[in-house]
Amino acid sequence: MLLQVLRRTLVFLVSLALASVVVFAFMAVLPGDPARVALGVNATEEAVQATRERFGTDRPLVVQYLDWVGGLPSGDFGRSYVSGAGIGPQVLDRLQVTLWLVLTAMVLALLVALPLGVVAAVRHRDAAGAAVSALSQVGVAVPSFLAGILLVTVFAVRLGWLPSSGWVPPAEDPGEFLRRLVLPALSLGLVQGAVLTRYVRSAVLDVLREDYVRTARAKGLGPYGALVRHGLRNAAIPVVTVLGLQLATLLVGAVVVERVFVIPGLGSLLLDGVGNRDLLLVQGVVMVLVLAVLLVNYVVDLLYAVLDPRLRRAA
Amino acid sequence: MRRRTPRLLAALATSATLLATAACSAGSSADDPVGGPSGAPDGGGEGLVVGLTAEPANLDFTTTDGAAIPEALLVNVYEGLVKLDQDSGEVVPLLAESWEVSEDGRTYDFTLQEGVTFSDGEEFTAEDAKFSIERVKSDAWTVSLKSGMDVVDTVEAVSPTELRVTLSEPSNDWLFRMTTRIGAMFSESGVDDLQSTAVGTGPYEVTEWDNSGTLELTARDDYWGEAPGVGQVTLQYFEDATATTNALLSGGIDVVGTVQAPETLAQFEGDDRFQVIEGTTNGEVVLSMNGAAGPLQDVRVRQAVRHAIDHQALLDTAWAGRGELIGSMVPPTDPWYEDLTGVAPYDPDRARQLLQEAGAQDVSLRMRIANLPYAVASAQVVQSQLADVGITAEIEPLEFPARWLEDVFTNADYDLSIVAHVEPRDISAFGNPDYYFRYDDPQVQDLLAQADRGTPEEQVTDLQQAARRISEQAAADWLFLLPNLIVAEADVQGLPENRIGESFDLTTLSRG
Repeated sequence: MLLQVLRRTLVFLVSLALASVVVFAFMAVLPGDPARVALGVNATEEAVQATRERFGTDRPLVVQYLDWVGGLPSGDFGRSYVSGAGIGPQVLDRLQVTLWLVLTAMVLALLVALPLGVVAAVRHRDAAGAAVSALSQVGVAVPSFLAGILLVTVFAVRLGWLPSSGWVPPAEDPGEFLRRLVLPALSLGLVQGAVLTRYVRSAVLDVLREDYVRTARAKGLGPYGALVRHGLRNAAIPVVTVLGLQLATLLVGAVVVERVFVIPGLGSLLLDGVGNRDLLLVQGVVMVLVLAVLLVNYVVDLLYAVLDPRLRRAA
Repeated sequence: MRRRTPRLLAALATSATLLATAACSAGSSADDPVGGPSGAPDGGGEGLVVGLTAEPANLDFTTTDGAAIPEALLVNVYEGLVKLDQDSGEVVPLLAESWEVSEDGRTYDFTLQEGVTFSDGEEFTAEDAKFSIERVKSDAWTVSLKSGMDVVDTVEAVSPTELRVTLSEPSNDWLFRMTTRIGAMFSESGVDDLQSTAVGTGPYEVTEWDNSGTLELTARDDYWGEAPGVGQVTLQYFEDATATTNALLSGGIDVVGTVQAPETLAQFEGDDRFQVIEGTTNGEVVLSMNGAAGPLQDVRVRQAVRHAIDHQALLDTAWAGRGELIGSMVPPTDPWYEDLTGVAPYDPDRARQLLQEAGAQDVSLRMRIANLPYAVASAQVVQSQLADVGITAEIEPLEFPARWLEDVFTNADYDLSIVAHVEPRDISAFGNPDYYFRYDDPQVQDLLAQADRGTPEEQVTDLQQAARRISEQAAADWLFLLPNLIVAEADVQGLPENRIGESFDLTTLSRG
């Protein structure tokens, strides 16, 4: 078990290091000169050169990379080219916003997916099951930004019940915070919920076919009873895995949804950064997102071992 | 172990997807990327919320380029000695109540307003004016616009209310440039932290700004002039035109300061709850033609391109018919404006004839445009109209600003390009042969230089001649002038009809 944990920790760290290379390389090949973008159209060649020196983008790539990576473990992400402010605090600030959005969406998705998925599995032979499956198919096909636009059109513009955009920190005004969180979280959550429903359905279906559930049914338990008593923990394993992987999708979705709802989260920051060629800022944001995804996967891996005794002997 | 390799790949793929998503959507909807408002609810009749597109990255326009910061702060927070009248386009008094220019056009004597204070309580005197002007010439200012102050030779504070500025040579342009950010007056005690603290003499001060999409301006009690009509104005920044419209419809904002999608105006025009304002800007949408490489070096081919384009049809299709046709690099608010749309009227037969004379059969051109809504929409119309006269144009949208700046602006690696030139009085660009137009005409260069040195009357006639010549020579084509489009709730008064300065002037606003 300890060996398992050590090995997984190592994989996690190596992945993080590799990701940093990939992210840096991505930004290095992006066309456009940050200095020129910062200075605009009237800049002289000398001014551009001076700005490159100020940004440090005139140094060899390897040096720039090492300089950047060297600061990361201590939380030093460098300074934004555009605003001159430290990137670390800004990313943390925006991360809170995005996490509220993503986690709320995740909870909403589970609230939708768990009951519907179980129903769809248990009643997969009749109309109720078919209806849920069809519904989730539709949900999967709708991109979250489109869901967002539809929700805004109905609830903000037509009915005027909820604000169409903007963000209020929970500490400032909890009521207003919730009112502004509802629509974006729903846009992300409903679509995610549709995706998860299908995973829950197939996981539960697999479990229903297992011997131990059949045995429980033979003892006189109903389908739901048998599930709750014997099957759900096993069905949870693939669902947890998918949840981990879906987090990445949710983060990508959040980038787009933040734009529709004008929310100052990591997504907005990332888009601004790319447009301005604020390279260090973009690298910082993406690294934080990658860290989040890898961390979740790492935790899922460890949970696996806890949830499924059969996996403990692996490796 | 087998299961983990895909995980790693998934994580890396995620980072790739994120970057790709960002790269695809960056800069695709507004001139400057912005965050989102952390929307403070509208505080009733006292406050006003204005939706804009380009969010300031910080509050310091002395070291950060771009339109966003002066749009929010100039005139509202920072004042100059003079300002630009939005209706007449004339230079009018602000902190200077009057001024006199010497016979030789080199000495300006300003008489300053008395009783003016900065928002930090310091008094504004001629010493501050001297300090501010000299600071532009120092290394403290890094934006390239500072070159507008190069012509200043000496600055003297004759008395607390008298300032004398001497130029090294006469320049009509200098006083006009003093209406822009370089003319902003700073306090010596207020320049230590310009990125996050703005200390000016204007009617508003910045009371809240954290770079997350809103900027709050509150009226000062001790303003020297007439108090503004609205006590608190919140600027909210939107990346997305639809989000802006929705915010107005659902009551989140009161004014859309710059409408990004003119086709959305129709729904407001028939609605009593809203008003639509339509005026002019300085933003000429230029179809630039590379004068130093490829088929467009030949003036006849350039003229053929201009005759091939039906500008009214283009405006109707690309920008919902909103905007003006100008035919040269001068907007109607400049004193030397003439309607030059008749220089190259829509005439496909003439275009074909010119191409034949130039021996340019089967011309194929690379149209490398900024990936902005007006440019993409215009490019498609231009492409089909050029095809009618036998010119093949290949559209290639380039991410704006980063890629467009590199490929087109810096390297002039293009045949045709489309981007709006929004700087005021930017006809001077045609006097610089190294500018990306690569237009090299000694006669135009002389006219532009003379215009700046002569009397104001000579300036008008010289610039009219220059504008006519660049139009006749088809140095570029001018598709249309971007309109100033504002939608607001019906009871908001004093909205600027034209937007021709660097500032979004909030001082005239009130609620009826």
